Amino acid sequence: MLRARILENKLSSLYKAGKIVGGVYLGRGQEAVSATLGASLIQGKDCFAPLIRDQAGRTAFGEPMIDCTRTYLGSVEGPMKGRDGNIHRGRPEMGMPAMISHLGAQVPLIAGMLFAKRLKGCLDGCVGATTVGDGATSTGAFHEGMNTAAVENLPMVVVVANNQFAYSTPNHRQFACADLVERAKGYGFGGHSVDGTDLLACAEVIGGAVRKAREGEGPQMVVAHLLRLSGHGEHDDGSYVPDSAKGGHYGRDCIEVAMRQLAEGGYATVDELMSWQEEAAEEVQKAVAQAQQEPVPDPYRENWTALSTRFPIPAP
Amino acid sequence: MSVTYIDAIREAQETLLREDPRVFLYGQDISNFGGAFKATKGLSDAFPNRVFDSPISEDAMIGLAVGAAIEGMRPIVEMQFADFSSIAFNQIVNQAATHFYRTGMPIPITVRLPSGGTPGSGPFHSQSMEGIYAQYPGLVVVTPATVSDAYHMLIDSVKLDDPVIYCEHKFLYRWLKSKAINGEHLPIGRARIARPGKHASVVTYSAMVHEAVRAADRLQADGWEIEVVDLRSVKPLDLDTVLASVARTGRLLAIGEAFPWGGVTAEVVAKVTEEGFHLLDAPPQRLNARDTPVPYHPKLWAAHRPTPESICDALRKLLSF
Repeated sequence: MLRARILENKLSSLYKAGKIVGGVYLGRGQEAVSATLGASLIQGKDCFAPLIRDQAGRTAFGEPMIDCTRTYLGSVEGPMKGRDGNIHRGRPEMGMPAMISHLGAQVPLIAGMLFAKRLKGCLDGCVGATTVGDGATSTGAFHEGMNTAAVENLPMVVVVANNQFAYSTPNHRQFACADLVERAKGYGFGGHSVDGTDLLACAEVIGGAVRKAREGEGPQMVVAHLLRLSGHGEHDDGSYVPDSAKGGHYGRDCIEVAMRQLAEGGYATVDELMSWQEEAAEEVQKAVAQAQQEPVPDPYRENWTALSTRFPIPAP
Repeated sequence: MSVTYIDAIREAQETLLREDPRVFLYGQDISNFGGAFKATKGLSDAFPNRVFDSPISEDAMIGLAVGAAIEGMRPIVEMQFADFSSIAFNQIVNQAATHFYRTGMPIPITVRLPSGGTPGSGPFHSQSMEGIYAQYPGLVVVTPATVSDAYHMLIDSVKLDDPVIYCEHKFLYRWLKSKAINGEHLPIGRARIARPGKHASVVTYSAMVHEAVRAADRLQADGWEIEVVDLRSVKPLDLDTVLASVARTGRLLAIGEAFPWGGVTAEVVAKVTEEGFHLLDAPPQRLNARDTPVPYHPKLWAAHRPTPESICDALRKLLSF
């Protein structure tokens, strides 16, 4: 959580300084949800399709921090080689597919990865997870993917981060059911709700959902209630979020809650928390410095073919 | 004993399932029922747990195939009708097609699109989508016109590491027969001369190859020798073979069953004009379906797509220029 927050604060300043082209999309306020999901998964065994606000989950799942800075800064050394940017990165070969912008599209993709694991005879004990926002639950891809995963009884965990706004559109213009978790039953998923600003609750509920899926209890859906603590992207000031929401329970910062919980529960001392922050800041500085000095793509050397296959005649 | 075009598609899938454990079939009603057109008849018995009925969820069907391909499988997805692939458009053109360029990992999926019109099938069971998918980088789009190509090009499609849109023509399913599947075949990316000639070149693909050959047979009575080029794959497009044909004849008519705005025929005409303008003795022409949704009534349908008559008319106009 801390490493993601500190990294994203740095990305935000780089963006504001004009050092990052395109958009910067932060997970502020969503780190507890994302990190607990990423930490519940096993790299090399499970698959995880992170979404727009999942830096904390990516980090917890094992994505090297340098992948993020290289992608945002367009380094050719990055996993996307400057061909795609910001949060659209992934390492599919390590079980982390690269997201596309079209919401809900990763739900059937994760179902397919699990389906293939079953065909290969290596599904047992695996989990496939993805996160979506409240907005993505309105898409056909989400519905089709949830239904398909349930029909196949796949060990899939879908975490819906209900951050109350899809870009600027509030929940009441996005769905009409009282709580999105009601949909779990209709799909045939196990359904769980959690306070997404509460780390310990997230660890219990999201971790529990992952465990249930891993132990063969079928697909699980978790709806985490929270509030996005920034705009949709750094180009957006989020001025449409009313003060009542910002001042409400979900307007609290999950990192502050987490630090208090860790200190009060005896999980970490204040000194330890401080030193974690320092270590994270140092790691972020290093990753940014390294990505900044690496070459960016050269259009004259770029391999401009979109296919891996070579044909008997050159594609015009 | 003869082999139909759809037999060849079934045979190819059987061969692929037998030879490659990474192959599986996924689609609506394709398991015990054998598919809406029976292209997978008996395969679920022969290969239990390799042939799966999917929900009516085209978006999720392709999403699942892409996920499976990431895990090293080589899925073949049957769209019940090419028209229904519009629901899967996002997964095809954004997820599958961009994947190799973005991540360096190819997505070896084959999407079978039962394409084109048959009498009475109407606006939502008759469309030809090849031009739409060919527009997108990262996709291979093939359009077999013969029984042997139906077999070999499906085998080759699944062996390619990239996503392939395999456009099989429904009209050819049981109409087109061959004594046997020919062992020799061209690779994907090569066009073939379906009928040699010297006065004009018809460049076409899929079911229109047969309509063009019929038209050429009719014009032969008037002394015209029409060359028919079967593109076989519309992307990549074998411009070398097309230009060589136009060099022999000096005249070009590009024919497709798809709608007339843009598409494969427009691409053929544009490329030949660009690279072979000096070879042309007349302005290149194109003939497509009419610019309306595909009509239901067989009389309207027959007049909607190019026919031997309309092809003959277009060729006479081209030859008299």
